[in-house]
Amino acid sequence: MTGRKDKPHLDRNHAVFLLKEMMRIRRFEERCAELYGATKIRGFLHLYIGEEANAVGVMQALTPADAVVATYREHGHALARGISVRALMAEMYGKVEGTSRGRGGSMHVFDAATRFYGGNAIVAGGMPLAVGVALADKMRGAESVTACFFGDGAAAEGAFHESLNLAALWNLPVLFICENNRYAMGTAIERAQAQTDLVKHAEGYAIPGETVDGMDVVAVEVAARRAVATVRQAGRPYFLENQTYRFRAHSMYDPELYRSKAEVEEWKKKDPITHLANRLESAGFLHRDDLPRLAAEIEAEVEDGVAYAEAGRWEPVEDLGKDVVAPRGAGRAGVAA
Amino acid sequence: MSATTYREAVRMALRDALRRDQRVFLMGEDVGRYGGSYACSKGLLEEFGPERIRDTPLSESAFVGAGIGAALAGMRPIVEIMTVNFSLLALDQIVNNAATIRHMSGGQFGVPLVIRMATGAGRQVAAQHSHSLECWYAHIPGIRVVAPATIEDARGMLQTALDDPDPVVIFEHAMLYGMEGELADDAGAVDIDRAAVRRVGRDVTLIAFGANVHKALAAAQELERVRVGAEVIDLRSLRPLDDATILASVRKTRRAVVVDEAWRSGSLAAEISARIMEQAFYDLDAPVGRVCTEEVPIPYPKHLEEAALPQPAKIVVAVEALLGAHG
Repeated sequence: MTGRKDKPHLDRNHAVFLLKEMMRIRRFEERCAELYGATKIRGFLHLYIGEEANAVGVMQALTPADAVVATYREHGHALARGISVRALMAEMYGKVEGTSRGRGGSMHVFDAATRFYGGNAIVAGGMPLAVGVALADKMRGAESVTACFFGDGAAAEGAFHESLNLAALWNLPVLFICENNRYAMGTAIERAQAQTDLVKHAEGYAIPGETVDGMDVVAVEVAARRAVATVRQAGRPYFLENQTYRFRAHSMYDPELYRSKAEVEEWKKKDPITHLANRLESAGFLHRDDLPRLAAEIEAEVEDGVAYAEAGRWEPVEDLGKDVVAPRGAGRAGVAA
Repeated sequence: MSATTYREAVRMALRDALRRDQRVFLMGEDVGRYGGSYACSKGLLEEFGPERIRDTPLSESAFVGAGIGAALAGMRPIVEIMTVNFSLLALDQIVNNAATIRHMSGGQFGVPLVIRMATGAGRQVAAQHSHSLECWYAHIPGIRVVAPATIEDARGMLQTALDDPDPVVIFEHAMLYGMEGELADDAGAVDIDRAAVRRVGRDVTLIAFGANVHKALAAAQELERVRVGAEVIDLRSLRPLDDATILASVRKTRRAVVVDEAWRSGSLAAEISARIMEQAFYDLDAPVGRVCTEEVPIPYPKHLEEAALPQPAKIVVAVEALLGAHG
């Protein structure tokens, strides 16, 4: 991991950008939790708090031509990929101005402009789809990489194994990123996986991989840049296992009976935001006023998003059947179902 | 007109589609070197090469999902699932991804994917290889489901399905592949919206799809001998259903029997019967009849398999019951 081009651009501006990206995701989700309590946001809400370094680090390695397939814990991926706070918050509210016209909510963020192919609420359900996006790009001669995010729980699903095999067998440009937060909902990885070293699964399918400190955004960016370069150059998949931790419950309904408070507190000491902020302060990259200034800018952006969502429109009930299938010519109007 | 088979018509359609559009490719188990489990893709690997005729591992979830992803990203994949029985391993991808993404993404993404699969019983391959689960797919909003019963439709439905911006599932009944018949030399795309009246009659409407259209036609011939004129409707499209054609016929004949190789409980026959009741109740002279598969796993011995499935004789009995009760 030593090539000079692999080095992250750790100039001050980039470092502060990484910090702000993580802080933005954090604040966005804290606000979502409040709005959930206020019943503005309903349904399932899975927070990424604690895991921000992964989405932020990986996205630095992607170009606009690359594709992203994410999971139901994808607010961080969406924001880091460039989807606006406004559109994402409106989606959380279920308003027409949302990324998916409010149809999907928290778990189904889609955005064609940034090649963001969801938000998928079936564990490992996005993985075959990512393989297909990469297949299409390859067949069309594009040099795009598909970044496929999933959790440790996915590694127990058949679709995980089928997808790794197919991507390797067909030499497809997929970067698999396992965000191993150690729990499949409430089931600890040791209670679900006979092989807890998840990189070994990749090796079993002849896919090179490595374990990354998923609490360190710089480490994630370095690994992701190297991995994406490898995928693009070799036209083959690569596997990153990012070891991370979610600080909040699985969803808003989770009483967290399966893990100790001490364990959570231990991991919070590795908070990716505090970690980077401290590092930047020691390096003299972060000035005294920077953190409050960043926080204020983020607060303004998030509140603007909330106001935008509040002011948004509900989709008219008459549109309920819109986009179940593509609009038909007159000849098909009479046979809707 | 030229003599051909259903299988050859499917192959012609595949070849035509692959020649017409570079975005089209075929993938599935043994579609390449083996030539397709039912020989539908024989010779295509040689003509189009391994990039476009892709043999897959036995990974229904992955290759159906990959077809969905490739369709999302601009290709026009044709995915062959060897049989409906194995499609159960891909149900998550079809139901949770293919059928939902257009609506769930607010119309941003479509899935122009065609999935072909063989279906049905009749070859003594026992319970795990004899399913007729078309109704499971026809239950799902967001996908279209078609069942070509004729050589012309086997030749023509694929292109129309590929032109459709949404996922289309094509069910090819395994008993039809060997069917011989004539096909116009200029045969091409056909609509996939409308049911077809395959035989005109005035006394009763027989409604069927796939291979059972031919059982209904055989029953109609039997009924002709006793001067009962049976009209036979080939549904062709299972989702959406063409209510208009069904109702026009039933309003004329005032009696209907639905023939369906699925089990009666929760079947398309149930759905069609309900639609007739809802929309033509007062035009009926008798309750809608149904001839479905007996509610047992399909057994291996020939006599038991035949006893389990709809047969022309059972259809005749069902029609006679309607006429006897109310004629």
